[in-house]
Amino acid sequence: MIYFDNAATSWPKPPGVVEAMAHFMNDIGANPGRAGHRLAVEAGRILYRAREAVAELFHAPDPLRVTFGQNVTEALNLALRGLLRPGDHAITSSVEHNSVMRPLRALEGQGVELTVVPCSPQGFLDPHDLEKAIRPNTTMLVLNHASNVVGTLLPIAEAGRIARQYGLFLLVDAAQSAGAYPIDMQSDCIDLLAFTGHKSLYGPMGSGGLILGERVDPGRLEPLKRGGTGSRSEWEEQPPFLPDKCESGTPNVPALAGLEAGVRWVLQQGVEHIRQHEMQLAQQLIEGLRETPGVTLYGPGDASKQTATVSFNIAGLEPSEVGLRLDEEYNIFCRVGLHCSPAAHKTIGTFPQGTVRFGMGAFNDAAQVTTALQAIRALARGVHEQPILCHPCL
Amino acid sequence: MNSPYCVILVSSTSYAIRGEQILHRAGVQCKLIPVPRHLSSDCGVCLRLAKEDRQAALKALEAAHLAPEAVCDL
Repeated sequence: MIYFDNAATSWPKPPGVVEAMAHFMNDIGANPGRAGHRLAVEAGRILYRAREAVAELFHAPDPLRVTFGQNVTEALNLALRGLLRPGDHAITSSVEHNSVMRPLRALEGQGVELTVVPCSPQGFLDPHDLEKAIRPNTTMLVLNHASNVVGTLLPIAEAGRIARQYGLFLLVDAAQSAGAYPIDMQSDCIDLLAFTGHKSLYGPMGSGGLILGERVDPGRLEPLKRGGTGSRSEWEEQPPFLPDKCESGTPNVPALAGLEAGVRWVLQQGVEHIRQHEMQLAQQLIEGLRETPGVTLYGPGDASKQTATVSFNIAGLEPSEVGLRLDEEYNIFCRVGLHCSPAAHKTIGTFPQGTVRFGMGAFNDAAQVTTALQAIRALARGVHEQPILCHPCL
Repeated sequence: MNSPYCVILVSSTSYAIRGEQILHRAGVQCKLIPVPRHLSSDCGVCLRLAKEDRQAALKALEAAHLAPEAVCDL
């Protein structure tokens, strides 16, 4: 069995993740911040340690500026809906996931101005195009760090410098890069970092968050929801301080316990080490696909310029059929279609049919890539060997 | 009633846990306890420590930029 769907969620998880979750469920189980007994305090310590681990990984200014939520989508909604006001202008790219595009389009309908800067067919963004799009009322640059379709890395550090120069916020969607590529909020000038826990941070689903840089005044951020925080209980208004302002309701402590273990594993391995491993796999896959007749490769075609997420198509086969046959005939699991990113597929020229996407992670190896390439060659060869009228798509 | 303890109230459980870390690193013994109702209606926790450690604790918290909400004898 070969799991190549790590861009959707990573699997398997490192040692310690399930154990941390089970430890909380079996031995602690209490609600953090809602009582003063020892178990509740210990639950609070677990949350705090998770914040510390995340802050360490991304060089965040303060663990208490790490606000947890369900996933990166929630974090992006918090940043976008919490900071953009009617009359503001936001700039984004043409390779964004719908977790950015849909909130931005909704805000556009409420009076926020939006510019979508086109990327190249390989998914590259020219920072000068960002700069050219800036208007007097621009307040935010919103960019994914890496495309979830073709893996292309966007010039985040350059965007950060532009944001500082013009007094804008830079919001980075790190869904595809957090844990897989080095991120430093300080040196990359990232003001808002949205991350998910269940991909390259190797935590469970249901964990993610938004980190606020020092330039972001929490007072300006409208929370997505309001409610009980365990603090300032005498008030009927939301507490103004972080992380409580953004964390109403009982948090998903089991998931966050697992997230801490996942992040600690990433820190122990070293992001650079993971990056080198995944880059080797990606380059092997890219070269193999490029040499396969009938295969069209999308994206940079250069592992140093992308994550280990690689998109391709096989001539004459729908992506959905490729995915089904890889699953049923070869035990290879990947994701096909539009990957919730219609804009990215329009940019690379694969809308509406989509692509086959292999998302590799830290637990994949070269032998799996070799096996997968053999499967792709067999599928591509099979198509070409069939009389055209027999093809099931016709 | 002569209690040997005082409590330091901070704004939330997260800050109390941070305070606990700071005091432990500074060598000040403390314990997180529910905020006494006669001091605040907050349902969180606060730092309880020996009265003789109060100045050392406040100094350590100040050095770490953690401002207490209140400091009270028990």
